[in-house]
Amino acid sequence: MSACLDISNLSATLPSGQRVLRSVSLTVQPGEVRALVGESGAGKSMIGKAVLGVLPPSVRIVEGAIRLEGTDLGALSAKERRRLIGAKAALIPQDPLTALNPSRRVGPQMTDRLVHILGWAADKADRRVRQLLDEVHIREPDRVMKAYPHELSGGMRQRVLIAAAFASEPRLIVADEPTTALDVTVQKQILRLIAQLQQEHGTAILFVTHDLGVVAKVSQKVTVLYAGKVVEEADTPALFANPQHAYTRALMAATPKYTDPQASLKPVDESVLAGLAAEIAVADHDWRPHG
Amino acid sequence: MILQRFLIRLITMAITLLGVSVVVFVIIRVAPGDPIAMMLPPGATDADIARLRALYGLDRSIVEQYFIWLSGVVQGNFGTSISLRQDVMSLVLSRLPATLELSIFALLIALIIGGPLAIVGAREQGTAVEAGIDVANGAALSIPDFLWGLALILLFGVLWPVFHISGRVSPRMDLPFVTQFYLFESIFRLRFDLTRDLIGHMFMPALALALPLAAIISQLLKISLKEVMTLDYVTLARVKGFSETKVILREALKNAALPTLTLIGVQFTFLIGGTVIIERLFSYEGLGNMAIDAVINRDLPLIQGIVLVFALIFVLINLAVDMMYALLNPRLRHG
Repeated sequence: MSACLDISNLSATLPSGQRVLRSVSLTVQPGEVRALVGESGAGKSMIGKAVLGVLPPSVRIVEGAIRLEGTDLGALSAKERRRLIGAKAALIPQDPLTALNPSRRVGPQMTDRLVHILGWAADKADRRVRQLLDEVHIREPDRVMKAYPHELSGGMRQRVLIAAAFASEPRLIVADEPTTALDVTVQKQILRLIAQLQQEHGTAILFVTHDLGVVAKVSQKVTVLYAGKVVEEADTPALFANPQHAYTRALMAATPKYTDPQASLKPVDESVLAGLAAEIAVADHDWRPHG
Repeated sequence: MILQRFLIRLITMAITLLGVSVVVFVIIRVAPGDPIAMMLPPGATDADIARLRALYGLDRSIVEQYFIWLSGVVQGNFGTSISLRQDVMSLVLSRLPATLELSIFALLIALIIGGPLAIVGAREQGTAVEAGIDVANGAALSIPDFLWGLALILLFGVLWPVFHISGRVSPRMDLPFVTQFYLFESIFRLRFDLTRDLIGHMFMPALALALPLAAIISQLLKISLKEVMTLDYVTLARVKGFSETKVILREALKNAALPTLTLIGVQFTFLIGGTVIIERLFSYEGLGNMAIDAVINRDLPLIQGIVLVFALIFVLINLAVDMMYALLNPRLRHG
């Protein structure tokens, strides 16, 4: 069985020639949650965008391939790629406050993919969305679907976006820091909700986050990213029990602990970063994009 | 709440118009040039001049004249034109529809040219297509409307005469109209021969007025679209599988149109201001053309009437823009 998502040797550059992704390889098996963790600027959101075909125009993929259920996205025309991603993948965005169109009612924003891309009948799409709203514990689907986004709270909007992502039964969901913009109290509920829906629907998730606490809660596999480069990859329990790479250990040490709230926050150890920078400089020096 | 806002709006409008009337009233009386001297033949005696001055009330102080005029205006009496010796109100009303038709037609042309160009430019951002649109916009913007008028007369009136270069309608046409809104009425009465003739006359002046506005709409809407297109909900729509054109039309356009709309309101008032010269250039019998005659003849009541009507139109456009803004932006609707 082919992987749900298979990224192999993916490199991307800015117009200046600087690499933002450095030969990244990772896979997400069907039904699996893979966390993609790293500091801001590590390129983790970039990978999510590449998978969904929404990289900013300035970023160019110079080598490697992204396969969605075995289909190489790079081999498709723009239109075919769009259709394939629309049918098989979905996004749970970072900021629920900006991810809904302020001038459109919520309902049509949830059903439009089902009706216009997947070709469902309007009433079937409507029923489906109501069912998902129920699954994310929204008790007044009528009110919510008729509302404009500004009439809903942030947590409510994130539920709506989660429901919309799962509504089309995608094979893969990219969750791009879906709890970062939320209140701490709401974060937990949303995480639990995503985990619950993921299990019920058996959807594979590429879970982009900077929060190791979130990684431990939701994922089975982890990829640690630094400066667009994979530094470590492991099963989640193994990673926390026995981190192999110095950077992973430093990242864990820098995470504040509930058990010791008095401890001061430590930045990632500088000697570790210096080592990584040297490693990357050497890799960049030798790197030539092939084909 | 809504009623209260509407009342406040009405009062501000009245104050604006009052201010405009004072300024115009004072300026045209302080400026050199005497309407009476222009009416009388060279041999007129001082007694004749004094009699006429008294007839038109020009022997009183400016303040007195203003309040006499204002009390007339409040009752719907704008006085009598000095040069045409007719009621100012009926003169203005006879010409206003021509100018409104021209301006609205020009606005339509500007939207029809500018809107699609903005959408194409935003769709093709970073390509030669966008660069080409930018160049065209720059050219359209940097050439003022009256120069466009001259260029169009040369192109489509002289070198390749496809449009009429003068007047509002061909003189040989018999006009069955009861209103002065010839274009609307010809469409309404299904007299498309007349519609064609009217548009043949209106097209070039309207295009001259429209080109700079089209460039502004295209440029500003394109910038807003590009900005909106970086937002998360647009990204989400792309992920859903919608084409770039659909994404722009369905997700981006309405939100990007908001800032453009305000500007179109302001620019539309400039466009109406531009009709004064353009109507002269094309001998189009509208209010602007009449305004120039009124100024040349120092026809004080007529100038005041025309300026007040222009001011009223501007104020109404601003009101319309505000209302449309609220309509397009659901966050302002329940305020």
